[in-house]
Amino acid sequence: MNAGDYNEVMARNNEIMKKAVGIDYDQFRVNELVFDYEGMMSKAGYQLDEIIQIQKETGVGQTPLLELKNITEVVRKLSPAGKGARIFLKDEAANPSGSYKARRASVSVYHAEKQGYPGVVAATSGNYGAAVASQAVMRNLESIIVQEVFDSKDRGQPEILEKGRKCEAYGSEVLQLSVGPELFYMFLKVLEETGYFNASLYTPFGIAGVETLGYEIINQLREREELEPDAIICTNAGGGNLTGTARGVFKAGAKETEIIGASVDLSGLHMASDQDFNRKSFTTGHTGFGIPFATWPDRADVPLNAARALRYMDRYVTVNQGEVFYMTEALAAIEGMERGPAGNTSLAAAFAIAQEMDEDQVVVVQETEYTGAGKHPIPQLNFAKENGVEIKRGNPDHEVPGQSIIIPEEPGMIKARDLDLEKIRVSYLKKAINNSGIENLGDKELEFLAAEVNLEVARVKEMLAEIAEIDVEIS
Amino acid sequence: MAEVKAGSWVEIYSVILEPGQRAPQVPEDTAKVPLELKVKGFLQSDANLGDKVEIKTIIGRKYTGKLIDAEPSYDHSYGRPIPELLKVGRELKEILKAEGGNG
Repeated sequence: MNAGDYNEVMARNNEIMKKAVGIDYDQFRVNELVFDYEGMMSKAGYQLDEIIQIQKETGVGQTPLLELKNITEVVRKLSPAGKGARIFLKDEAANPSGSYKARRASVSVYHAEKQGYPGVVAATSGNYGAAVASQAVMRNLESIIVQEVFDSKDRGQPEILEKGRKCEAYGSEVLQLSVGPELFYMFLKVLEETGYFNASLYTPFGIAGVETLGYEIINQLREREELEPDAIICTNAGGGNLTGTARGVFKAGAKETEIIGASVDLSGLHMASDQDFNRKSFTTGHTGFGIPFATWPDRADVPLNAARALRYMDRYVTVNQGEVFYMTEALAAIEGMERGPAGNTSLAAAFAIAQEMDEDQVVVVQETEYTGAGKHPIPQLNFAKENGVEIKRGNPDHEVPGQSIIIPEEPGMIKARDLDLEKIRVSYLKKAINNSGIENLGDKELEFLAAEVNLEVARVKEMLAEIAEIDVEIS
Repeated sequence: MAEVKAGSWVEIYSVILEPGQRAPQVPEDTAKVPLELKVKGFLQSDANLGDKVEIKTIIGRKYTGKLIDAEPSYDHSYGRPIPELLKVGRELKEILKAEGGNG
């Protein structure tokens, strides 16, 4: 391998991707800034009724929605009179590969089979690998999963090692890499060599596959409880979980449900740092992905990202690692459900947010994930200790990512800390406009930007006038 | 005599990018170390640990690299219990039993 090869392969990115995804993204571009998002979702993707059918074929979806009665009861013990919403949990661990990612993989793998690709490739260190691998088995395709697993001292993150094992259980070829974004180079090489389909997390197929999750939640609550949820909380990383769920909620006709994103706070840790890599006890669902992808979605492995969380997010909160481990323990100890820690990020947020809400309101935690060796609070916290991270009981407000994990002394200490969505929107606007090089914004551009940040055009105009780093004419 | 027989399930190692070849955007600590790859497959001919070998992965693709392990084991587990989590369940049950709040 040599650097020349690296540069050559990276330079062929567009060409390789076009073959490997089979979508001509240029057809959706209107100009250097604007693209037709809805057009892309409907033309390149599948309709909801088709997706329900595709998922039925491989046993994906239709997962149980459970009411967490004991956790709700604890919430009410901590709440003033009249407060403490009912908490429901969508048990996505019941999907064939053990997480909601089966939904996200299902449509890609179906499409790959239909288009005659011999196999599928995914670059992922998360549950998505197992989801692609499992769906590929069901559709008789080969699969290759490219993972970032170990640091320069050869220490593998236990959770990712487990995810690699699971992919191998489904017969995947698993490429395990050390830390670094050049994983993408290996990914491109594999796509080029094999001619397999790029089962990217960020195509219209992947995102449309998650729409059934939001759609099911609304229909399950309507049928069983004759109500619609007041809020749905989505663990947020690359934005696909939230985007797909929110789209499904709207397609089910629920207009009033608040869509809340929740990420684990890993501020201060660099995602591409060899030294920081094993000081993180969460490999996904954290701010290290959540904030960069919210402020600039088009950093993914496809030219236009179908996961655009800022379009749908009404609120974005963070929780600390210690709080999520606490709630993971609570879910096992008082609800009888042992589920993986990262998926419980939104549960920790729901525990705090339910205390703000009225007792006749309903909040839904929209996923769980399977748990197992490596992928569980015990191995994660043992690994953190081995890497010099201090573990203690106390006030989680004092947790410093990479240095300490503080398990709350008492549940009342768990908080959902609001991120300033306005700041995130400003950051998006700066990147979108400056990266495009556009000089004039007319109606078309303003409408696009307004949809991208989930605000009215008038408000976007006001914001643009206040951002010093943007130099554009507004007509 | 060769330590590892052809046909064994093994793990190989290779350097994909040397420290000086890392992408410009990587932080300093990452730029100082190589990008490394490990992959498992069936060994194509008898070899010793440390030899440069060829393998065929489970789906039949070929890779070459340094032989680092034969019958590589899955070592991730659970480990010792975490004292900081042990009492959480009982504490929550006490809260459930107690009077007060809106419960």
